[in-house]
Amino acid sequence: MRPNIKIPEKYRVVIDNDACISCKRCIKECSYGVLDFKDEKVKVKDGCVSCLRCVIECPTSAIEVSEKPSQFAPHAVFSPEIRRSIISQANSGGVLLSSCGANAEYMDIFNDILLDAAQVTNPSIDPLREPVETKTYLGRRPGKVVVDENGKIDLDASETPIVVMDMPIMIGHISLGSISYNAQASLFRAASELNIIAGTGEGGLHADFYPMAKNLCAEVASGRFGVTSNYLREVSCVDIKIGQGAKPGHGGHLPGEKVQKLISETRMIPLGTDALSPYPHHDIYSIEDLQQLISVLKESTEYKVPVGVKIAAVHNVGAIASGIVRAGADFLTIDGLRGGTGSAPRVIRDHAGMPIEIAVSAVDQRLEQEGLRDKVTLCASGSIRTAADMIKCIALGADVVGVCTSAMVAMGCTVCQQCHRGACSWGIATQRPELSSRIDIDIATRRIVNMFHAWNEELKEILGAMGIDSVESLVGNRDRLRYIGPNPRIAEILDVKHSGEGWG
Amino acid sequence: MEHDYYRSAALSLPEAPRVFAEQSYVVDIPDQHKPRMGSCGIAGCINIDGSLISGAKIEKMITTMSERENGLGSGFVAYGLFPDFAEEYCMQFLFESEEAQELTEEVLGNWVYMIKDEKVPTYPQRSMNPPFPLVWRYFVRPKKGTEAYIRTGLSEEDYMVRLVMSINDAVPGSHCVSSGKDMAVFKGSGYAREIAKFYDIQRYKGSMWLSHSRFPTNSPGWWAGSHPISILDWSVCHNGEITSYGVNRKLVEMAGYKCTLLTDSEVVTYLWDLMVRRHRLPVTAAAFAMAPWYYRDIERLPDEERRLANQLRITYKEAFLNGPFSILVGRSEPAVTMIALADRKKLRPLVMGVSDDGNSVYAASEECAIKSVQGDASIWATRAGNPAIVKVGEGIVRRGTEAPFLGAIG
Repeated sequence: MRPNIKIPEKYRVVIDNDACISCKRCIKECSYGVLDFKDEKVKVKDGCVSCLRCVIECPTSAIEVSEKPSQFAPHAVFSPEIRRSIISQANSGGVLLSSCGANAEYMDIFNDILLDAAQVTNPSIDPLREPVETKTYLGRRPGKVVVDENGKIDLDASETPIVVMDMPIMIGHISLGSISYNAQASLFRAASELNIIAGTGEGGLHADFYPMAKNLCAEVASGRFGVTSNYLREVSCVDIKIGQGAKPGHGGHLPGEKVQKLISETRMIPLGTDALSPYPHHDIYSIEDLQQLISVLKESTEYKVPVGVKIAAVHNVGAIASGIVRAGADFLTIDGLRGGTGSAPRVIRDHAGMPIEIAVSAVDQRLEQEGLRDKVTLCASGSIRTAADMIKCIALGADVVGVCTSAMVAMGCTVCQQCHRGACSWGIATQRPELSSRIDIDIATRRIVNMFHAWNEELKEILGAMGIDSVESLVGNRDRLRYIGPNPRIAEILDVKHSGEGWG
Repeated sequence: MEHDYYRSAALSLPEAPRVFAEQSYVVDIPDQHKPRMGSCGIAGCINIDGSLISGAKIEKMITTMSERENGLGSGFVAYGLFPDFAEEYCMQFLFESEEAQELTEEVLGNWVYMIKDEKVPTYPQRSMNPPFPLVWRYFVRPKKGTEAYIRTGLSEEDYMVRLVMSINDAVPGSHCVSSGKDMAVFKGSGYAREIAKFYDIQRYKGSMWLSHSRFPTNSPGWWAGSHPISILDWSVCHNGEITSYGVNRKLVEMAGYKCTLLTDSEVVTYLWDLMVRRHRLPVTAAAFAMAPWYYRDIERLPDEERRLANQLRITYKEAFLNGPFSILVGRSEPAVTMIALADRKKLRPLVMGVSDDGNSVYAASEECAIKSVQGDASIWATRAGNPAIVKVGEGIVRRGTEAPFLGAIG
């Protein structure tokens, strides 16, 4: 018996030899070593991940990648995917890693939610003719303005640190290390151009990116990589990362081979060492400890920037969220089960946490019950794939949505789920210079800007159709949603009426 | 006083036409063919010197616009009604049954001292749909100083608000339609002309009247859900549909108000009470929060006003009434005041008028309503999102055509 049993290949690569001009470009493009040139022909080996780099780059469209029909005998319970994992674990004895967020169909609720539109009793608005506003604020709100004894509004006493964004969109936290310099530069530049916020991720901020700091949100994660007071004072807001939707309860893990000079300098760790973020913050073992860290960060930023907390959506998320707001967080980010990652144990990625649709509604309702909702900004992330998801997420209760994977798809990512291998053929999730140079910062920036611009236009179209001319009037406006899915109990928990139910 | 930046920022409306129709529909269409269109109608009148206006005047105004209603609700509110009981809260109720009244009186007994109570005379009309509620009014004083009162930890006004909310929420078949001092609401399900007759509106005299005729769309037409919707001395007549209702409700519910009337309009009343009475915002600032300027216009304001405008938009974003509306708001504290406000696009009509002698001021959906009672009135239209404010004893404080922030800070 072999010690390792071969796992059947998932994808078939077919080269059309009539069309192929033997330019060998595909061989250079494939970062997984699948293609080879032998006997004057391109030969295909095992290991294709269907990243489609060769397909898209082939000048004569001579390559076709398709899913192989499953070679496992059909079985209703032991799916091919499950059998693959078992074989793989028996081969290696290890925890299976994956990336890109949960890969399980049953969790999508966005597709079960329908939007409302205005008819007759209120006029819909054409955003090309009339202004529809998408400006959004991130930070703590005072709840009420202070009025002095003479009846005058005291602005100095009313204002709180707050960040202005032109769209209710934040590019989520993706660290330098998990993605390449060029990829991060493109995200940051896009954020500056769009006047929205981008998260730095937990890897600190590279010196080159300081000029864009006004559009950046610094992440303080359990590893505290690259966190200096200078860094915190430059950025527009600070986020304490407690958890991530793709791997609630887990910390980050950047393997030593990715920690090259650039990463080592930015993270302030020795070359070639593994960058491990502890699972909890080792100075936060309770909500009181979190309150202290929030205070420390506010003190060190001289109360000029909002300080937020990001948690993974877990079952008791409502209560945890209210505790965090009471502990002083100015904004709160909830990251849902389907959120992306550069590397996570597959068992956690696919099985732990809560979908963002339910989490955001639960948190919004809980904060409302406790009278805290008008004091805090609620950000929601975790598989906001399209403008439609964004709009539904806002109507479910989010002020701002966080987007990562779609921004990377805009740069070329095909969601092949190989980020953890560091060999991203699109130059995004890799530190190999020959790969990361595949990202042209100018072009990638333009593409990200295009995508978010289009989302914002779609948001305006939907708002206009609903008869709403400013996005804040959609936040948590669950009256304008209806549920059409298979499980009415979900609608109840979402606090959304079922399709067909009227207003009163 | 007009600022330069104002002219470019707001809609410039043409001068109001000088011609008017005596009735809002010109041709007399037989009943069965009358188009079922239009929306709600609102009308209000106030005498600046505080002299009393007969209910006949407001009845004439609102019934002139009968095309704007469909018989599913109408109502009136009068201020300055009870000079003999000006210091007591007048709680006026619609009871669906005697049991509801008994239960309510039991609750009232625990919360307030009853100074006087009386049946409100009503005259059911043949054309109206029964059943008719029992209408009763109580002049009350909060039981201040009792242990129960102290335990609530509330101010006198908030104590009254909580009482009203508790009864409306918990006592079946009992609806407190008004609870302010020296004012009362008369409303129900029917055409304005029917409701006016039902309550014999002409028997009352007040220094200010507001009224509403209803064309309900999203919410059921029922007695308590008719307008004006009132809490304490606030009353609101609302013509519009709030597309942001889910958001607005969140804010007022967080502040302890309970939405029980099955109509989006009630949040408007609670928002006024929350912002102006509890948060002590100037009326202009509260109006700005409900119908804020566009950011692109705020950008052009001078520094201090821009700061204020942005802060109001940030702080009170849940108070922003999105969608089309025009509202008339009444209050009696500190002086009897009428506020007229339309949404920031001015998608619903609102015109103002003042008599030649300058003493009588009017607001209405249509000019004909004003001209029908004051032929010499000069008419103007308020600007989008810009409040007109008229106070007894002070006069026209704002015409609704000024730059919004003049005086808002002060």
